[in-house]
Amino acid sequence: MEKVLEIRGAAKRFGGVQALVDANLTLYPREIHALLGENGAGKSTLLKTLAGVHKLDAGSITLFGKEFIANGTRGSLEQGIAVIYQEPNLFPDLTLAENVFIGRQLTHGKTVAWKEMAEQSAALFKRLGVPLDPSRRARGLSIADQQIVEIAKALSLSAKVIVMDEPTAALSANETERLFGVARSLREEGAALVFVSHRLDEVMALCDRVTIMRDGATVATAPIAEVDTDKIVKWMVGRELSDLFPKMKANIGETILKVENISREGQFEDISFEVKAGEIVGIAGLVGSGRSEVIRAIFGIDNYEKGSVTFLGKKMKKNRPNQAMQDGIALVPEDRRQQGLFMPVSITRNTSITLLKGVSKFGLLRKASETGITAEWSKKMQLKFNSLEDSVDRLSGGNQQKVVLAKWLSTKPKLLIIDEPTRGIDVGTKSEVHRFLSQEATKGLGILMISSELPEVLGMSDRVLVMREGRLVAHFNADQANPENVIAAASGASK
Amino acid sequence: MNFLTRIRSSIGWDKGVGALLVLTIVIGSLVTPDFATTSNLGFVVQDIGEIMIIALPMTFLIIAGEIDLSVASALSLVSSSIGYSFAHGVPFGWALVIGILVGLATGALNGFLVNYLGLQSLAVTIGTMGLFRGLCFVLLGSNPVNQLPDFWTGLGINNIPGTFLPWSFLLIAPLVIIALILLHFTRIGRWTFAAGISSEAANFAGIPVKRFKFFMYVATGFMVSLAAIVYTLRFASASPDSAMGYELTTIAAVLFGGVSIAGGFGTMWGVIFSVIELGAIRSVLQLVNFSSNALQIVSGSLLLFSVAVPKVAEMLKARRETRVKTPTPSLTSSRSVE
Repeated sequence: MEKVLEIRGAAKRFGGVQALVDANLTLYPREIHALLGENGAGKSTLLKTLAGVHKLDAGSITLFGKEFIANGTRGSLEQGIAVIYQEPNLFPDLTLAENVFIGRQLTHGKTVAWKEMAEQSAALFKRLGVPLDPSRRARGLSIADQQIVEIAKALSLSAKVIVMDEPTAALSANETERLFGVARSLREEGAALVFVSHRLDEVMALCDRVTIMRDGATVATAPIAEVDTDKIVKWMVGRELSDLFPKMKANIGETILKVENISREGQFEDISFEVKAGEIVGIAGLVGSGRSEVIRAIFGIDNYEKGSVTFLGKKMKKNRPNQAMQDGIALVPEDRRQQGLFMPVSITRNTSITLLKGVSKFGLLRKASETGITAEWSKKMQLKFNSLEDSVDRLSGGNQQKVVLAKWLSTKPKLLIIDEPTRGIDVGTKSEVHRFLSQEATKGLGILMISSELPEVLGMSDRVLVMREGRLVAHFNADQANPENVIAAASGASK
Repeated sequence: MNFLTRIRSSIGWDKGVGALLVLTIVIGSLVTPDFATTSNLGFVVQDIGEIMIIALPMTFLIIAGEIDLSVASALSLVSSSIGYSFAHGVPFGWALVIGILVGLATGALNGFLVNYLGLQSLAVTIGTMGLFRGLCFVLLGSNPVNQLPDFWTGLGINNIPGTFLPWSFLLIAPLVIIALILLHFTRIGRWTFAAGISSEAANFAGIPVKRFKFFMYVATGFMVSLAAIVYTLRFASASPDSAMGYELTTIAAVLFGGVSIAGGFGTMWGVIFSVIELGAIRSVLQLVNFSSNALQIVSGSLLLFSVAVPKVAEMLKARRETRVKTPTPSLTSSRSVE
């Protein structure tokens, strides 16, 4: 069969880091090809090369038998490659039609052909099975719909290779299913798709072939039918992983957190639950069901109008994150880059920001004690870094998450609230994070965990709460919870 | 923006300003024998005293991602309040206390509007800049209060006996040291940087960002009132048009000191050097009989310089990179031919 795209022996170095050593990838028409690898394996570099952002130091890329020339996103699009990122960057104040035709508006002579653009966009949306209104602005569009707009843009340029970088990371189960439908129909039309994901179940369900990268090189390419997740994971990490979710048995103690009937207008209503010492309580639900809003209110980032939160027998004041922290609550937020970390700042300063009182003497910070604690926790978390003075934006996603965990666990909290503990991080680190959480629970830490990944919620939790549209709709003990009843509760499907 | 701030910290901007200060002193000593004298040093301290006092909290504010354009008007309002109270029979010591309370109130107003109403600090403080200045004229009309007690004005004008330093030095030096320690060696300093880099992440790190910044404005009001007292005593006059243009001079000095206007980056050393540099340049220019309006020109030029240099450096770097990059495609294509 004719090859659509062939990457051979790709190598790329950034300063002292050899991001790609020997990357190979071949795409055929009518296939969905999974590109897998741990964070730092070189996937992003390869994708950015295809997007025309980076030029290879060595190796070749052939597209329909011709040499591919890296010349910016525009150049890639013109050659038939569209790269769609996890969180698309649409222009919020332009209409969807304008976004689809951005930079190449259709015109009648010197005037913009609004009607044609709207009609063609509508036709593309319809072809994708997602009837968005082309005249609405992009502002407020869900990430799932933004991706559809990006795909429509790619189609309007008749892209033959569509690369999707972790498109499902921020999508709910329904949205993911819809995106898969779109991907399959593009395959039927003859396109070649590259699908990057950390969710192996999705890969197994959607893709035809898989290529696995490790340390900048391609280690294997195989038809999906011939592999299973164990084998993929083995290739990815280069070692055996006995269990993805090593949940240990913890002794469950007294109630530490008691949330009673809290409500916040338009976000959540009448939420009540408890968390005990040593217990992991998972909150499942679709993206947008109000889960993150509830924990923000508990920690004091946002206000709530009704109800009360009691922690260790003491009624919590509203809107006092500093107090919550001193009382022993830690919050690892959903958005690592915006909320969890100070990106341009060193590992040390990121870790110690919650501990400044502890590392001070007579009000003066003691550098030695600050570095000492950071070094200690970096070791505990098995953080991979060059220097503790490096800024965290140079770390991989998994290592960044470890810094956030270190920053909070070093405060010795009694309750850890953690929102999407392993979003966008690789399998190896994921399992380390799970083991760590489980370990801390055995030492008596209560954990309230939001997760959109069912295996994570089901594998880790002692109890599972399910939220839908701002309300708590179900409550399962670990032995009763299964994928079917959790999904049914989250999506409101009647069984 | 991130890139610009990186450049600034990577070349050690604050050390650069320090080096420039040394250079200015050397050149100044060469061009005029009157420059490197103890009496001139005393004069420079007098000259930049108020700017230095206000630049300290301004550094905190700008690093925290905020700004205060009302400082000069607030200074004038404090001075006018002191003059007004004294002219209406309040003992001068108590008039100073009233002045400090007024200063705290100006800071609290700014802090409230910015943090609790969530308004843009630039817009708020342009507003209060006009408001405070207007209140000065309401209090004093256009008549300055000049008959201040000799004991107090003596403190403003005279040197510490047996030295060449003005009394205000005893106030300014400890303030500078405290500000330096606070910004770089305490939790308050870390919170300041954190709030400026990402106030959202700061919130999630348990930092009470709103209250913290509110108190930062109140502290600014307090520092402004100290500057106002120094100013009032130095000129032996409380006038409604005091300290005209000081806000821009101060902000220019802070930015020239390497503090990022976008917040999150900067050092107190840089600002301290920068303010002294401002005084040194102005002094040299005055001694060689340059126009006495030179301060405006100097501070304006320093500001342009401090924003232009990183930008130019960035453009040069970009140009160098494209030059290096150009041959790359031919290399790869020749390899793929093989």
